[in-house]
Amino acid sequence: MPLLKNGAVATDPWHKVVNGEALPPEGPVILPFERWRAERETLLGRNTPLGVRLANTDPVAELAPDLDRLEVIVLEFPKFTDGRAYSQARLLRERHGYKQELRATGNVLRDQLLFMQRCGFDAVEIEHADPEGAWKAGTGTFSVFYQPTGDGRSPVERRRTANLQSV
Amino acid sequence: MYAYDEYDQTFVEERVAQFRDQVRRRLSGELSETEFKPLRLTNGLYLQLHAYMLRIAIPYGTLATRQLRRLAHIARKYDRGFGHFTTRQNLQFHWMKLEQVPDVLAELAEVQMHGLQTSGNCIRNTTADQWAGVAADEIEDPRIWCEIIRQWSTLHPEFSFLPRKFKIAVTGSPNDRAAVKVHDIGLRMHKNAQGEIGFEVMVGGGLGRTPIVAKTIRDFLPKQHLLSYLEAILRVYNQFGRRDNIYKARIKILVHELGAAKMAELVEAEWQQIKDGPLALAPETVQGIAAHFAPPTYIDSPVFTPEFDALRLENPGFRRWLKANVAAHKQPGYAIVTVSLKPEGGVPGDMTAEQMDAVADLADLYGLGEVRVTHTQNLVLPHIRRADLPALWRKLGELNLATPNIGLISDIIACPGLDYCALANARAIPVAQRITEKFNDLARAHDIGELKIKISGCINACGHHHVGHIGILGVDKNGEEFYQVTLGGSEELSASLGAIVGPALSADRIVDGVANLVDTYLALRQDGERFLDTYRRVGIAPFKERLYAPA
Amino acid sequence: MIKSKNLEGSQALTANRLRDGAVVFLTAAGTWSRYVNDSAIARTGDEAAALLAIGMQAAADRIVVEPYLFEVSAEGGAIRPLSTRETIRAFGPSVEEQRPLETAS
Repeated sequence: MPLLKNGAVATDPWHKVVNGEALPPEGPVILPFERWRAERETLLGRNTPLGVRLANTDPVAELAPDLDRLEVIVLEFPKFTDGRAYSQARLLRERHGYKQELRATGNVLRDQLLFMQRCGFDAVEIEHADPEGAWKAGTGTFSVFYQPTGDGRSPVERRRTANLQSV
Repeated sequence: MYAYDEYDQTFVEERVAQFRDQVRRRLSGELSETEFKPLRLTNGLYLQLHAYMLRIAIPYGTLATRQLRRLAHIARKYDRGFGHFTTRQNLQFHWMKLEQVPDVLAELAEVQMHGLQTSGNCIRNTTADQWAGVAADEIEDPRIWCEIIRQWSTLHPEFSFLPRKFKIAVTGSPNDRAAVKVHDIGLRMHKNAQGEIGFEVMVGGGLGRTPIVAKTIRDFLPKQHLLSYLEAILRVYNQFGRRDNIYKARIKILVHELGAAKMAELVEAEWQQIKDGPLALAPETVQGIAAHFAPPTYIDSPVFTPEFDALRLENPGFRRWLKANVAAHKQPGYAIVTVSLKPEGGVPGDMTAEQMDAVADLADLYGLGEVRVTHTQNLVLPHIRRADLPALWRKLGELNLATPNIGLISDIIACPGLDYCALANARAIPVAQRITEKFNDLARAHDIGELKIKISGCINACGHHHVGHIGILGVDKNGEEFYQVTLGGSEELSASLGAIVGPALSADRIVDGVANLVDTYLALRQDGERFLDTYRRVGIAPFKERLYAPA
Repeated sequence: MIKSKNLEGSQALTANRLRDGAVVFLTAAGTWSRYVNDSAIARTGDEAAALLAIGMQAAADRIVVEPYLFEVSAEGGAIRPLSTRETIRAFGPSVEEQRPLETAS
């Protein structure tokens, strides 16, 4: 499955540890949340990049103490109509200050890419004939945004206020 | 009323372009129906019994005349020459073609209209009281806040895939005409002890399969915190609302399962984290929006004129129309006129393109260019000089829009039902038509007085039958249409849900059944009681007995 | 909504055309007609399954959406849906649209 990082196809260096699998001795690993919870101390002692994959019912706040140690967090869209990961993403970015890769996986479709980006995802695993084109088109559909999120865009209200002040 | 600025206009045009591309990709096969369906629903496009149905948003029920004319034009050019006003202040076209909808949306965008978020599991049209800005009993114009909510909720990236649809209503008056207590979030504007205006916040109300009255989670929310508080509620719902069963996915189920106290606690905890962030509303922002809702320039106008007095004296029809369809305006010499879309034998809430154009002309001539849509499927001309009432009444009469029945027995709310809707179990419109025909004697209708009949063709309750004084729910019994009756519902702030009277009545007995209920009331009423008052006093038994008596 | 039924009675197949939403019925020739009387009739479970398969293929080919089987009576040369819902769907709303303007009495 192609990985897009900031809109560009990228190779994926991460090994996704599955349930029951022994940890590889080295290399970057993404752990499922339950595994992370169970083996956190050991994992923090590893001298390799670490990532965690959350189910969309897992509490993001639990990762808060370790966010500077995690280099990727993977959030799930089991069906594209299940929007729980949007809230998880915003909380990670805006509440807990997570700065590293935030990746969407699952039923990821072009028409939701802009929402994902606005909520803080900078990486997606997407099945598409032209993933970079899909990202560009999907995230470029609008130039006007009504809500402040952590994405750095200026929502309409700020632009209106700026216009008033410059008059 | 609100006028788009360059940002709003750019946005809606970008949205049209997006949908045009989505339709192209559907027709080319790049998008499957499964992938496309939520996308078309987010633009208000349903596949119904006969064709595609497009639901157009009329934010908080306010329309400019050029918008009404554009709706008439679309009805003529793209549909069958008529439109249907709904219980959420929207308009529906029942005969749309998918391949034409991008053009329809483009023509709507030219007059600042769209079908955005009138369907789908997202935040829907925020509705208000149809007399907002003009009612004598109003504390503040709720439409200012509806517009602020509308913008915040438009393509909200976090809340576009909720467990289920989400409906917000705002009332600015102690007499709630917006049915706030049966919405996912109901906001009631009121003053605290210090005289400041704020919101009572209620959550988890709704009709449908499990009708519930909303619970208050906060008595007083200062205005500047409105958006951050709503965001907190939606975030809690997005995370914890059930997604395992679509019949248990509304926030009302979450509130019911957690309890109001726990819900309030979760919301408050989230809100504390964000209340001083970028969602806090600056006074300049509120002022900027409020300026769009400043009262129009009224002219000094007499309360009575010789023509008015003479007509009232000599014409019982005019008197009845004044009594039922004309309400007090906060500006002396002005009145609020309800345009009845409930003529005898008519389809409740339907309006032809010709009628739309004509009402637009009347609104320009007499009404400062503004029209409102109620959630009882009528229209309102909110700024009419009393001196113009005789002329307006005559002209509305020629258009079959002056039936003097607002709030009376023939002012029925009915969903489109099985005649149009793929979800329905039974027809609703013919039942409404037959009731209006049976009670076409207007003197009698006035004598009966306030009686709100609401008819739904299925349990989804788009006809709001749970809050009808008489509620009628169409059901399917072995392939036959039957009608279950509820009594004593009310959408006012003393909200109550109707009680089921007994077994459902067949299609040919339901209208006589309604007549029996009316007779029961007339026999038992005291001292100017309305139907609802008598019912509340005597209880269900006398009504039940009569309902099932042979005609 | 796709209903598969195991019925002794007669069934026909209906759908909505993708492009314009029109109600259409599958004919014996494999075409789609606006008229229920042109419907192909299935009298056995196997025949019904075959109709449904054609409908599903037409959906995949982007001609129609949501094909499904429904019960009909096929006597005397006239095909009539059995349920109220399908009757309304086949013949249109039971209410008169666009009432002409009448002067208020």
